Amino acid sequence: MVPLYDSKFLDDTFGNKYAFRLYASALSLSLSRSRFWVYLDQVQRTESFCLNSGKMIRLFKVKEKQRELAENANGKPPVKKQSPGELRLHKDIGELNLPKTCNIAFPNGKDDLMNFEVTIRPDEGYYLGGNFVFTFSVSPIYPHEAPKVKCKTKVYHPNIDLEGNVCLNILREDWKPVLNINTIIYGLFHLFTQPNYEDPLNHEAAAVLRDNPKLFESNVRRAMAGGYVGQTFFTRCM
Amino acid sequence: MADSVAPPSRSRDLDKLLLRNGNLVGPNFEPGAELRDDLQEYARILVVGAGGLGCELLKDLALSGFKNIDVIDMDRIEVTNLNRQFLFRVEDVGKPKAEVAAKRVMERVSGVNIVPHFCRIEDKEIPFYNDFNIIVLGLDSIEARSYINSVACSFLEYDSDDKPREETIKPMVDGGTEGFKGHARVIMPGVTPCFECTIWLFPPQVKFPLCTLAETPRTAAHCIEYAHLIKWDEVHSGKAFDPDDPEHMKWVYDKAVKRAELFGIPGVTYSLTQGVVKNIIPAIASTNAIISAACALETLKIASGCSKTLANYLTYNGVAGLHIKVTEFVKDKDCLVCGPGVLIELDSSVTLEKFINLLEDHPKLLISRASVSHRGKNLYMQAPPVLEEMTRSNLSLALYELMDKVAKDTIHVTGTTSKDGKKTSCLRKLRVVFKAIDGVTDMDTAGGA
Ligand SMILES: [Zn+2]
Repeated sequence: MVPLYDSKFLDDTFGNKYAFRLYASALSLSLSRSRFWVYLDQVQRTESFCLNSGKMIRLFKVKEKQRELAENANGKPPVKKQSPGELRLHKDIGELNLPKTCNIAFPNGKDDLMNFEVTIRPDEGYYLGGNFVFTFSVSPIYPHEAPKVKCKTKVYHPNIDLEGNVCLNILREDWKPVLNINTIIYGLFHLFTQPNYEDPLNHEAAAVLRDNPKLFESNVRRAMAGGYVGQTFFTRCM
Repeated sequence: MADSVAPPSRSRDLDKLLLRNGNLVGPNFEPGAELRDDLQEYARILVVGAGGLGCELLKDLALSGFKNIDVIDMDRIEVTNLNRQFLFRVEDVGKPKAEVAAKRVMERVSGVNIVPHFCRIEDKEIPFYNDFNIIVLGLDSIEARSYINSVACSFLEYDSDDKPREETIKPMVDGGTEGFKGHARVIMPGVTPCFECTIWLFPPQVKFPLCTLAETPRTAAHCIEYAHLIKWDEVHSGKAFDPDDPEHMKWVYDKAVKRAELFGIPGVTYSLTQGVVKNIIPAIASTNAIISAACALETLKIASGCSKTLANYLTYNGVAGLHIKVTEFVKDKDCLVCGPGVLIELDSSVTLEKFINLLEDHPKLLISRASVSHRGKNLYMQAPPVLEEMTRSNLSLALYELMDKVAKDTIHVTGTTSKDGKKTSCLRKLRVVFKAIDGVTDMDTAGGA
């Protein structure tokens, strides 16, 4: 392996040779010199912004002295950092407008909003009377990234598999930062009133719903009451 | 050549920048040997990440005359790193990247002192980061950037005119590469946009619909994500998938191959599996080198003032030919991370309830039904009922007490505000300063946390 920092290969007399050498060692891998100059020119012509940076090094000097002094002083108590995701989530949670059929709980207390549980009790359709618990785990870069949602209750459902994975477009491919926790909860609620065999995660359940809705209905009742559907056992959730 | 007369010096090129004036220099630039020596003695640089970019950054910074450098990275060296992370050798596989990288650069560049930190960035106390003059980022994740950004911005203080206090600005230089593309940017919190102001620059991660993975896979990536997201949980109930465990990765790869065979899909390889699961695009050594060179140069410029700095976001694209563009992005003045927030002076006896009522009449806020949080503690939540109940007892307490008796600090409020007769929800940062309290508490915050 050739060390890139053997600065032998250039001996020019250009003004900004330091920069040239630094860039050139990087660019020699792929660029000709003429193209490099176009590059450097681009960079320099756009350097319009300036902080009062001549003073920077003097600030460093002062700070270094302060640091030495501070090392003898007592340590401060650790400060908790609040991520931007947490702040935005705070807003979402404070504005929650849940239907009566949905409940939210914070198992880790009032100061951990990033992990919570939502219970859905459908008031119509196949799943009437069941209690379905979903766990939400929210990232520190929320809403840039959608929350991770899993169904904790084992359910016989075409769009939820036996591991609790949920097929809901806004949780994955259609997530947008303008959406919020309320939207997701309504989306989940909708899955129970309108299960959909076209986007199956549990294909057996989806096939039954498509071909024999009556059998599907009785399978759902049996699963919710606690019992076997085919080879799979479901715990009671009514 | 002249070199035969005077022995070549490593700082010869650097001297040309630091010992003499020029027409590109920043204001107050004072060239001279003192500047060069001070830079070596007093400038303390933190490099975050010792991977592809980090290796380049350490080398470039060490050769740019910086002598006090720290590097932090939680990863160990893998065989697949060796093609581009040029400080590592085959016998280093399994060792911490930060430690090996520091050692290798110190062996090659005399006089430089590099302190490695083999840990997660969150493991360090916040004041650790305040010890550095400039933080240089060589990271590949949005989360890590966002974290360092919020730490660096937390040192920033504003004066009563909402102007950033210069001595509290913690400059960051951020590099990033993806294949043949890359960016380098200079972040001066309070002056130029911070990472959070422009987080939308990062494209959201591609996520395939779960039902496509389960039912109708069409690409190799679909097969891999099926094994990773669905099959893993089915087989290892409860055991979390660890992307850094080669056995886990191998398991996902094997299952993906089987699935691809079933559907007649070509192209599943081990490295693609790693790429899809870890969401990484193959790294190109020359892109890392170019971006890192730009970052090292900006670092030198910030520290010395030998040239104006980049304003403020450079994008590099080497896919077809070469394209470089510098864009001057603007700050989000209401940014929750780097913005000043609204300054509010309060008496230390004000209760939380009275404070919430004050927000409704404050001309700059006009927030009704406010929920209040302070450093991750929820002081009062209007909804949902379960949280309202848990926080209700705080309403009658003094805000000063609830904020741990700190004389000035940042808090966040959410609620509804009326704009042109329309009600909108809002999230605001406030700088609360308590008046009429004894001078002792002022000392607690003098260091700025
Ligand atoms: Zn910002």
